[in-house]
Amino acid sequence: MMKKLTLSALTALALSTGGAIAAGEGGHVQDVDFSFEGPFGKFDQMQLQRGLQVYTEVCSACHGMKFVPIRTLADEGGPALPEDQVRAYAAQLSVNDEASNMQLFDYNEGAARPLTANDHFPANNSQNAPDLSLMAKARAGFHGPYGTGINQFLKGIGGPEHIVSILTGYTGEEKVEAGTTYYENTAFSTGWIAMAPPLYGEDVEYADGHSNELHHEAEDVAAFLMWAAEPKMMARKRAGFMAVTFLVLLTSLLYLTNKKLWAPHKGKKTSL
Amino acid sequence: MSGIPHDHYEPKTGFTKAVESRLPIIGLIHGTLMIPTPKNLNWMWIWGIVLAFCLGLQIVTGIVLVMHYTPHVDMAFASVEHIMRDVNGGHMLRYLHANGASMFFFAVYLHIFRGLYYGSYKAPREITWIIGMIIYLLMMATGFMGYVLPWGQMSFWGATVITGLFGAIPFVGEPIQTWLLGGPAVDNATLNRFFSLHYLLPFVIAGLVIVHIWAFHTTGNNNPTGVEVRRTSKAEAKKDTLPFWPYFVIKDLFALGVVLVVFFAVVGFMPNFLGHPDNYLEANPLSTPAHIVPEWYFLPFYAILRAFTADVWAVQAVSFITGGIVDAKFFGVLAMFGAIIAMALVPWLDTSSVRSGKYRPMFKWWFALLAVDFVVLMWVGAMPTDGIYPYISLIGATYWFAYFFVILPLLGVIEKPLPTPATIEEDFAAHYPGAAE
Repeated sequence: MMKKLTLSALTALALSTGGAIAAGEGGHVQDVDFSFEGPFGKFDQMQLQRGLQVYTEVCSACHGMKFVPIRTLADEGGPALPEDQVRAYAAQLSVNDEASNMQLFDYNEGAARPLTANDHFPANNSQNAPDLSLMAKARAGFHGPYGTGINQFLKGIGGPEHIVSILTGYTGEEKVEAGTTYYENTAFSTGWIAMAPPLYGEDVEYADGHSNELHHEAEDVAAFLMWAAEPKMMARKRAGFMAVTFLVLLTSLLYLTNKKLWAPHKGKKTSL
Repeated sequence: MSGIPHDHYEPKTGFTKAVESRLPIIGLIHGTLMIPTPKNLNWMWIWGIVLAFCLGLQIVTGIVLVMHYTPHVDMAFASVEHIMRDVNGGHMLRYLHANGASMFFFAVYLHIFRGLYYGSYKAPREITWIIGMIIYLLMMATGFMGYVLPWGQMSFWGATVITGLFGAIPFVGEPIQTWLLGGPAVDNATLNRFFSLHYLLPFVIAGLVIVHIWAFHTTGNNNPTGVEVRRTSKAEAKKDTLPFWPYFVIKDLFALGVVLVVFFAVVGFMPNFLGHPDNYLEANPLSTPAHIVPEWYFLPFYAILRAFTADVWAVQAVSFITGGIVDAKFFGVLAMFGAIIAMALVPWLDTSSVRSGKYRPMFKWWFALLAVDFVVLMWVGAMPTDGIYPYISLIGATYWFAYFFVILPLLGVIEKPLPTPATIEEDFAAHYPGAAE
């Protein structure tokens, strides 16, 4: 009876969490095999650098990443740019909308100062463009089956997939409602999104000569945004692996200790 | 001191005699650790240790998180990101704390259902049970307020919905809600008081845990047979029990190890699986999320809250009788708290003379159905309120009340229980025929 109860409790957990996620968004999200999925998945450093390029040349025109310090671009487990490149990157960033980047305003100069590596990425330039710092964790991908969320075990957490699906989900249809243009998108919850298609393919020229087809660009920037949202992912997985390994060892020893301890009282022989 | 007869601590050296005559602390620790424990306890008796570990983990990780967190509406969200990105090991601390809450509730539900099946709530353990229920209520309050602190969208809107429940109380609801929030809406005053209480309540829980342990160390543990340890003599008591140290300490630590393997796998490999994506969006009072969903551990009772809508005849009847004072919203609130109070009252609702569900052929099935009901309510609590889901929640909520207020009282009268073993020793020997005492 109690075994059944434990099982049903586990089922409940799986069901309900999936349900919680199910209540998030609609729209069709395609599966993408990212390198960082699974317990041993790692970020692809070159892909993160390409994604940074897409973010810088395209997304950052409207969007911001106000929670991400620029210096972390040099961190291990991330894009891992050399420090001089990070400093140069920070210095060339322009802030169009000073109102949302008040910390950069230099009252002595009467103008915004240039960014340094210790600053965060600029905030959004356009009021309707949400901040992208955490976007890869703030969107759901896979809810099923039956709202159980089990698909996440097979396909990944779904946030980066959601971003790829939005970027590649435009059908080309447009409509104008109350003065705003909406673009039909198969991945967006309502089917119509206010963001004009940001990527068409061949929007950026990759330094490493990688293909710049639409789906590559979309996957690269999604991977970069996953890093931006979870920069310590690789360290976390390493810590998790270490913890699980040592706990399995400790638990095995406790199992044997327990067995030997109880053996005389249970009338069992023990070889230990 | 009452309790199972056993050997008491006798100080032997001059130093321990001197300490013991001034403060009997060595005796207290000795008595607590060496307490005679029924030797037939099964693997469902390990959740207490898991829960004690959870409380310790939450307090330790929580205290360190507080060193880096800022309880202000403009800075709370950013300070959590600061913890995730800049604080050494901060991302692990936060994920341990957030998922630690889930482990805490997972363990407490199994602990509660263990008690419900084996009749651990029955005389003479009613006080242990009631204190346990108070601890559970405080856990819910603490968990809820903790979820508000990151100041994400679900934090903000969850706080708005839950404090709104108090607003449903007739006449005094609105002032109570304003008093709880510290203003007309969820704002900085709310965040600050929730932060203060989220820090305070775990220590209240810790105090109650000590009383909880004190109470069942006085009555002795229940066990799978529900048969009491013989207290007629020390020799007989020894045949039914083994000391807590080392037998149950090692057993419980092994079980805790198994639980922690799963826990660290979740924290390391899928720390956001149990969370809601919307909580990675900063709170915005002007934008309501499409669906406001509480954390998984509140879902069964959230389902009961939502089950009683205005088109349910019972709600209409109560509304009519009370002249509209009890409307559907207030009915739902009463049902939700009533569902928890029903659990707290179970020592007096269960009329059976047999303690353990093992020897109750009819009870077993009704109990299994209650466990299924709990799972179904948890699932339906996260579903939208259209289509078939409201009917499922209504059936589930009705069964929850029927179990406690109708089925349990009746079963004690109509059920013919199976014979129970005469002693724990006999039960243990039946499991382990080779045992030679």
